[in-house]
Amino acid sequence: MAATRLHEGSGHALAPRTMTGRIGWAAVALTGAVALGVVALRRGETVNALWIVVAALCVYAVAYRFYALFIARRVLTVDPARPTPAVRRNDGLDFVPTDRNVLFGHHFAAIAGAGPLVGPVLAAQMGYLPGTLWLLVGVVFAGAVQDFLILTFSTRRDARSLGDMIRREMGPVPGTIALVGVLMIMVILLAVLALVVVKALAGSPWGTFTVFATIPIAVLMGVYGRFIRPGRIAEMSAIGFVLLMAAIVFGEPVAHSPVLAPLFTYSGPALALILMGYGFVASVVPVWLLLAPRDYLSTFLKIGVIAGLALGILIVRPDLQMPAVTKFIDGTGPAFSGALFPFLFITIACGAVSGFHALIASGTTPKMVASEGDLRAIGYGAMLTESFVAVMALIAACVLDPSVYFAMNAPAALIGTTATEAAHAISTMGFAVTPDMLDQIARDVGEATILSRAGGAPTLAVGMAHILSRVLGGQAMMAFWYHFAILFEALFILTTVDAGTRVARFMIQDLIGSVVPAMKDTSRLGPNLAATALAVGAWGYFLYSGVTDPLGGINTLWPLFGISNQMLAAIALTLSTVLLFKMKRQRYTWVTILPTGWLLICTLTAGWQKMFDPNPAIGFLAHAARFADARDEGRLLAPAKTADEMGRIILNDRIDAALCAFFIAVVLAILFYGVVNARAALASDQPTTRETDDAVHA
Amino acid sequence: MRYMHKAWKQAVRAARLMVGVPDYDAYVAHRRAVHPGEPVMTLAEFHRDRVNRRYGGGADRVMRCC
Repeated sequence: MAATRLHEGSGHALAPRTMTGRIGWAAVALTGAVALGVVALRRGETVNALWIVVAALCVYAVAYRFYALFIARRVLTVDPARPTPAVRRNDGLDFVPTDRNVLFGHHFAAIAGAGPLVGPVLAAQMGYLPGTLWLLVGVVFAGAVQDFLILTFSTRRDARSLGDMIRREMGPVPGTIALVGVLMIMVILLAVLALVVVKALAGSPWGTFTVFATIPIAVLMGVYGRFIRPGRIAEMSAIGFVLLMAAIVFGEPVAHSPVLAPLFTYSGPALALILMGYGFVASVVPVWLLLAPRDYLSTFLKIGVIAGLALGILIVRPDLQMPAVTKFIDGTGPAFSGALFPFLFITIACGAVSGFHALIASGTTPKMVASEGDLRAIGYGAMLTESFVAVMALIAACVLDPSVYFAMNAPAALIGTTATEAAHAISTMGFAVTPDMLDQIARDVGEATILSRAGGAPTLAVGMAHILSRVLGGQAMMAFWYHFAILFEALFILTTVDAGTRVARFMIQDLIGSVVPAMKDTSRLGPNLAATALAVGAWGYFLYSGVTDPLGGINTLWPLFGISNQMLAAIALTLSTVLLFKMKRQRYTWVTILPTGWLLICTLTAGWQKMFDPNPAIGFLAHAARFADARDEGRLLAPAKTADEMGRIILNDRIDAALCAFFIAVVLAILFYGVVNARAALASDQPTTRETDDAVHA
Repeated sequence: MRYMHKAWKQAVRAARLMVGVPDYDAYVAHRRAVHPGEPVMTLAEFHRDRVNRRYGGGADRVMRCC
């Protein structure tokens, strides 16, 4: 360990020092290049998923060993001897110097969510190649760089949060702008994640039963961990896990029972309302009762499933069925609309670069970093792992027959509602399929239909079931694995919804509290309920509009989420750039300016197109105009059944367009303050940023 | 064997920290060493304190991601 730490310090050359090192790294680079070549260039014969895995691992290894080390030594001049907040302020609770591997686990669990699973699945409609390339290039030059830099800057500033750092380093106005931006991003995130769950559970009694069952299971775990065996996390989680598996097994007879099945069969809008009610209650009741135990279950399940999927891919070594590149790069794809540039980058989002990680990297992790020498492994390394999760999700979507993929991801408006209609429509797209094939898949996974199950989760679940059933259980276990995957995704999305509603509530109380001081009191019931209602109302509005959206909702909300998330990344990277200028390390600012520029180009183009594109499938205003014209002529357009519903769709479109305008305004404002601050820092002949280490601490 | 034991210990610590509970023994050791004579939370108290800290609030407590 000591030797590795030494390795991290500045002053050493970047190139491997020994002959074995040089030959070894040359071999890794060569293997990666060959694997990438196979993935990118082989046409006409199927490519094995293992090639993507090998290419990804080699790229990560080389990036970590060379680029991340370059950033650590040359750009940041990481100094393992410099005391971190955990060392200076050790209190055994929040600030604890923590072993690098243990903290890596903590950080990875905090950054890994549903985003890297859903985004790549949607992006698979353009083929496996564009998604794979962006996941690799994006993480190496943007995502991992952002996480690493923000983690380092926060660690050097007493573990300050992102908002705090923007306020102190760039000024109070950009600080407040960023805070409001984060709140809106949070709202869209919660809405789109809830929508993924609704899409997965609508009309599925088996799935709905298992997800509902998690509530009593969590309460039982909560009571056990509070009163019977306090603090026994492993025992609670084991009990919860066994009950969870039982719920999946019992879900099948429930789904086939004429009495019970209707109790768990809901339409999308009904599920949306149930979720809102649940989100409200869950974020008001004591945390130990529901939120904490569900967090345990979902966290451990997530780590287990990620490991299981990796093993499954290695054991099964499936062939990729999806073409390398499909014709849908022109923007006419059924899962989401818009051309490869900029929408592929917006859609993949989290697995390549996620602005949200800047909040995590400036949260609890910097309070526990034992040495600056660990920052590269935790900041850069954890993000590489997240990217690998996204690569696996992409693989799971691409091992499916493309016709099945498109049957699941195209809206009913495009492919109809029966297997016969769908098979015809998809065959016309160029992916031959028979109605029997589609019915057979639905039977295999124990569902009534797999048509138009957009949102990524069901597609990923079928892909995972496809891989895992070949390891364990065969065809007979396919339905179990499918519902296991659905439960796993729903569980951790719902935990994010609970926790996120709480965080949004605190943000609202904070923001309103600066005007109405009574709102700030987080311990009183009145302000709590009011702020929670506001939070749930905000994401609930977008969720409900998504569920009733004519284009299927995901097509509307996922790009909004992607744009907002990538814009937050642009904000975090702008802050990083300003800090590098303030440190007088301007010769290295290309490290952050490059990804910032690319993210700005992507998000501003996407935001503009979402507002003003003449194609109603892309531009919100064009879509609103189409409905407004129809209304003026007295016509009704599906799915609206009344003039009122027409009006609501038009209003939703305009609100979505306004939201795009808001995100663009936020990021341009931050960019403006970034340029102002960078120029001021350039004009100064000495460093103008203050790191906590400069001050004497008791 | 010793290596396996150490790896298992680390895995357990990582699993607990993933859900926001740091090492209790390290906490006790820290209290004894730095604040001798002052009260030390029991395991149950410690656990409650950490649960409240993790989910109990503050706008900066974003503890999981998309």
